[in-house]
Amino acid sequence: MSAASSTFLAHARHTLGGNPVTLVAACLAGLLILVALLAPWIAPYDPLATDPINKLQPPSASHWFGTDQLGRDVLSRVIAATRLDLAIAVASVALVFVCGTLAGVAAGYLGGWTDRIVGRLADTIMAFPLFVLAMGIVAALGNSVGNIVLATAVVNFPLYARIARAETSVRRTQGWVEAARLCGHSELSIVLTQLLPNLLPIMMVQVSLTLGYAILNAAGLSFIGLGVRPPTAEWGIMVAEGATYIISGEWWLALFPGLALMVAVLTFNLLGDGLRDLLDPRRRT
Amino acid sequence: MLTLAIRRLMAALPSLVGVVIVTFLLTRALPGDPAAYFAGPAATVQAIEEVRQRLGLDQPLWVQFGNYIGDLVRGDFGTSLSTGQPVGFELATRLPASAELTLLGLLLAVVIAVPAGMVAATRPNGWFDQAVRVTATAGVSLPTFFTGLLLVYVFYYILGWAPAPLGRLDIFYTAPPHITGFYTLDALLIGDAETFLQALSQLVLPALTLGIFALAPLARITRGAMLEVLGSDYIRTARAAGLTPTRILIVYGFRNAILPVLTVLGMVLSFLLGANVLVEKVFAWPGIGSFAVEALVASDYAPVQGFVLTMAVLYVGLNLAIDLAYGLLDPRVRIES
Repeated sequence: MSAASSTFLAHARHTLGGNPVTLVAACLAGLLILVALLAPWIAPYDPLATDPINKLQPPSASHWFGTDQLGRDVLSRVIAATRLDLAIAVASVALVFVCGTLAGVAAGYLGGWTDRIVGRLADTIMAFPLFVLAMGIVAALGNSVGNIVLATAVVNFPLYARIARAETSVRRTQGWVEAARLCGHSELSIVLTQLLPNLLPIMMVQVSLTLGYAILNAAGLSFIGLGVRPPTAEWGIMVAEGATYIISGEWWLALFPGLALMVAVLTFNLLGDGLRDLLDPRRRT
Repeated sequence: MLTLAIRRLMAALPSLVGVVIVTFLLTRALPGDPAAYFAGPAATVQAIEEVRQRLGLDQPLWVQFGNYIGDLVRGDFGTSLSTGQPVGFELATRLPASAELTLLGLLLAVVIAVPAGMVAATRPNGWFDQAVRVTATAGVSLPTFFTGLLLVYVFYYILGWAPAPLGRLDIFYTAPPHITGFYTLDALLIGDAETFLQALSQLVLPALTLGIFALAPLARITRGAMLEVLGSDYIRTARAAGLTPTRILIVYGFRNAILPVLTVLGMVLSFLLGANVLVEKVFAWPGIGSFAVEALVASDYAPVQGFVLTMAVLYVGLNLAIDLAYGLLDPRVRIES
């Protein structure tokens, strides 16, 4: 075990050494999570406190990112939004990770009608342009943060179910699964203790890649007025509110939340790419 | 080829059925009681009951589904509460605006991404390859609504090159006569160069915004496919036979690499149709996406459902077209059928 983990570490060092971008992405991801966790303590002002006298101030020493149309501190709102956006993304990815992986494993392991139902469900979701389906779901179920989480999870479901299904159906006939069966493991125990741990690395790559997409999706929905409502600080809403002022030159309202959004998505995309390289056997030399 | 087309069409049918079932379920899942909603806030219990009967909501679910299919076949998507017009009519008049924007966005993306991916593949890990990779990853991470706003700020506010982001034509211009519904094309067809330039100047920024978003997956897949093709034996043979590099790259390389690019086009279209909604909102583009967003804000649900269904049907149709193009381009697919 220790030999195996040290080989893995050596491999990780090798791959990361060849790809410093992944290292930077990992650091940025850590920073984002830290900001999200500590948001109420590091924000210099109350993100909801208005100050009409100092409205629409450009960035200055007291307000690094300037103030918005109600005099609220943009930096504090960006920080508060980090917490909310990451929370939405993490919740929806966790939901689809559990449901999608389980459905995919069941389809791949059991085959037959389970496979057909899961496959048909995934195909039906894929038949929609995904953002449009998410819009439809939130519009139908009601305009709330919970439904944003649900809609984002639903549109990611096919990806998880398909990958988990493909990986399971390759593995279920392999020697070590047969060996576990011969050792007296029940089918459930084979799935839980043998198959699932084997799928985890591949699924983790998807988690990182879909976190970026989930953030983009949630912010996009908020931008068009779904889910999170003003005055709550959220990147999509902040950009939407700033949009009105950008054509009169007050760029800081939309720029900073937009940049934060972009950095977060880029971070998780790069991290996902890096993790994929890390796990790719073809690069493990 | 005809049998192939029919087979593909049959394969698209289950998706279409799935789409209709899902949109039906979304119609039923309206927040609260749909009858109370459509009857209005001041309605009495009796009025709500009447609306329920008129809408057929007192019928069993399968009867309601039958009615829903019947309505769709007759092109009846319900009535928009905010504009008072039938949703089908509203969608039909706005569809050309969305189609013009999305198609130009896709065209821009293909024209930039495919050559870039090809050149990047000729020198893997060279500076151009790295530049393409960084640009592509950054492009896919940019939220489309944010890219759009940045472009507006730079090209409208700072440089003053682009017109105000307010729709398809400046208010001082009249729309060209309706031939295709695409303002730029219609203006060209009647030979009105001024309107054409005006319409094009309004179209460039939103189309560019969409294009930037679609660049990344296209460039990435072109590069990957070209790398694989360029490493194959027949390319080596072609090189050994002394063919010019350009001929090898385009005639032998690209024609084989085009198939994976076509496959990924389906996914790119899914992104584009979704991003279209956001871009239309940023540029006040009078397409079906901004129509749906306006309806959403006003809690007017029939247009949103009509919009979701229209988009899904369009998407299924586009995927079918891609499948057929695949059959045309790849002789192996035809032989298999």
